[in-house]
Amino acid sequence: MSEEVVYWLQQTLNALQLGSIYALIALGYTMVYGILAMINFAHGDVFMIGAFFCFLLSSKLGLSFVPTMLFTIIGTTLLGVLIERLAYKPLRQAPRVSAIITALGVGLFLENFTLALAPYPKHIPMLLETVTWNLNGISLSSIQVVIISLSLALMLLLDYFVHHTPIGMAMRAISWDKTYVPLMGIPVDLIISITFAIGAGLAGAAGTLYALAYPVIDPYMGVMVGWKAFICAVVGGIGNIRGAMVGAFILGGLEIMVVAFFPSTYRDFVAFTLLILLIIIRPHGILGKPRIQKV
Amino acid sequence: MALFFVVIATLLSASCADPSNKLDTIKIGLILELTGDMPAVGASSRNAAELAVSEMNSAGGIVINGKPQQIELIIEDNASKADQSVAAANKLISQDSVIAIVGPNASLGAIPAAEIAEYNKTLLITPWSTNPKTTLDTTSGKPKSFVFRACYTDPFEGRVLARFVIEKLGAKKAAVLYDVASEAPKSQAEVFRQTFAELGGQIVAFETYTTGDRDFSAQLTKIKSAGPDIIFLPAYYNDVGLIAQQARRGGIDQPLIGSDAWSSPELIKLSEGAVEGDYFANHYATDIATPNAKKFIAAYTMKYGNTPDDVAALTYDAIGILFEALKKSPTLDRKVVRDAMATISDYSGVTGDIKFIPGSGDPVKSAVIMQIKGDKFVWVMNATP
Repeated sequence: MSEEVVYWLQQTLNALQLGSIYALIALGYTMVYGILAMINFAHGDVFMIGAFFCFLLSSKLGLSFVPTMLFTIIGTTLLGVLIERLAYKPLRQAPRVSAIITALGVGLFLENFTLALAPYPKHIPMLLETVTWNLNGISLSSIQVVIISLSLALMLLLDYFVHHTPIGMAMRAISWDKTYVPLMGIPVDLIISITFAIGAGLAGAAGTLYALAYPVIDPYMGVMVGWKAFICAVVGGIGNIRGAMVGAFILGGLEIMVVAFFPSTYRDFVAFTLLILLIIIRPHGILGKPRIQKV
Repeated sequence: MALFFVVIATLLSASCADPSNKLDTIKIGLILELTGDMPAVGASSRNAAELAVSEMNSAGGIVINGKPQQIELIIEDNASKADQSVAAANKLISQDSVIAIVGPNASLGAIPAAEIAEYNKTLLITPWSTNPKTTLDTTSGKPKSFVFRACYTDPFEGRVLARFVIEKLGAKKAAVLYDVASEAPKSQAEVFRQTFAELGGQIVAFETYTTGDRDFSAQLTKIKSAGPDIIFLPAYYNDVGLIAQQARRGGIDQPLIGSDAWSSPELIKLSEGAVEGDYFANHYATDIATPNAKKFIAAYTMKYGNTPDDVAALTYDAIGILFEALKKSPTLDRKVVRDAMATISDYSGVTGDIKFIPGSGDPVKSAVIMQIKGDKFVWVMNATP
């Protein structure tokens, strides 16, 4: 294999890893928007809390990778439902702005709460033995394999769940038209809670995988990652699950390719500029459908 | 109503009595990275400072104008950030009326704090900041009058490292990866690039990242495909861990070469074996300690339970020189103390002899090259200017 091809394949692997983590978080944004038309700005911070759960479980309790991941997911799932019940449910009938401000508030609360408990960045001990394989010049690490395969598995699971189960159908129904859905006997509140739960659970998985790849965590780590994941969801078509996955791999790919060509300082600048252009050209996102607002 | 406020105001002002009458102490301000990205640096520095001060105080303090005075440390945290360094410096100078400031350690904080100190004509000595800009005036490029440092500067360190990799490691091609948003790594990277090329080497990759970045896979892949003999990584200990791990995972086996920013013992913990066998430059080494250094190392280890790193040693020296200057000062006036500092001709410190270049706040110091073996930093060789 020529050097060029090896280089490109290596960078593609990097992009897949980055994109996978963004995808897991972007799914949470897109699902919540789909059913509530609300951007859950606290979602990036739920991801951060997931990483901190991972830290507590592995560092303080000494659990290995699989239990850490499982309990982190359970922890963030509960957190997601808690946030929904306490902060968002009371505002279902309120103007959209109130819900957005509340979401921002919840995010700030999570950040500062964690900051008060953990003022220094924390280091997470190695969760998995790292093995690096050399395939014709391409380096593949076990960490990359775990992240990419677990993320894909979770994404496929979610896709199946949403498109081939009754609850998933209910979620899609609510995102189409919330008003008439209760008439069909669907418990709307329960479905909404389930949606938040799934989104938060995926964020917890993302937090664990992120901690696996980049084992330093701090209370503000969810801010930038959260914004990027949100943009992934929008670029892919906010409200569309497959769109969120597409958008995430596009952003992951862009970030890596920018560094591959330009000085690394331009990474975020160029990536975001390209995304702005994408949205200008196609405002409803890649897989989104243009929604006409009936007056 | 107005009477009520007058009474409250009087009571408050009476309780905030003039601080200089409270106790006859010499106030020294400390600006340290106690929180933020590099808390290990601040912790080391604080330990050494407190050790030095308690030793001096138990010996009776410093005699100013016939009267022995105790030393009081006022410690401020700059959270490893530039803006908070400025705030801390201002507070120490105007509110706490310190006679001098020691710190910050990292250049990103030391440079702005030095500006404030120079502007307010207050002596500032930084133990660990190696970026030349700290002691130089930003507009004229001439040395500042009130700012000193206890360590060598980046141009010297860059030359030492470039020479080391070419002469001792036989490297012909080098890659560089540094934080473009941090002062010391940036200047070290530039100096290394220049010197390496001057000595006949070829820089095959010159990559950057920003403070706070976690994913370095793209830059590392680029570096790997350029095929360097060594990779120069002048990063602080918290970044080195992540980068080294990702490098090894990405199949990069070449030696990583670091600057003195690597020197925290936290580095070994955070890298989990990824920096085994790698080299870096440092300010002192415990295995070749002079009698002076051995005394300090013993006292520090007894009080705190671990061997002092270079930040601790340099802080001890910085405070030591400050004590010398205070001893030579007839009054507690900032300019007088500054003049006394500038004329110190030979201070035998833990990190070597410290003598300031005439007209400059920089001393002429030697460097050591260390190698990481297991969980220890092992001395390899000395590098004199």
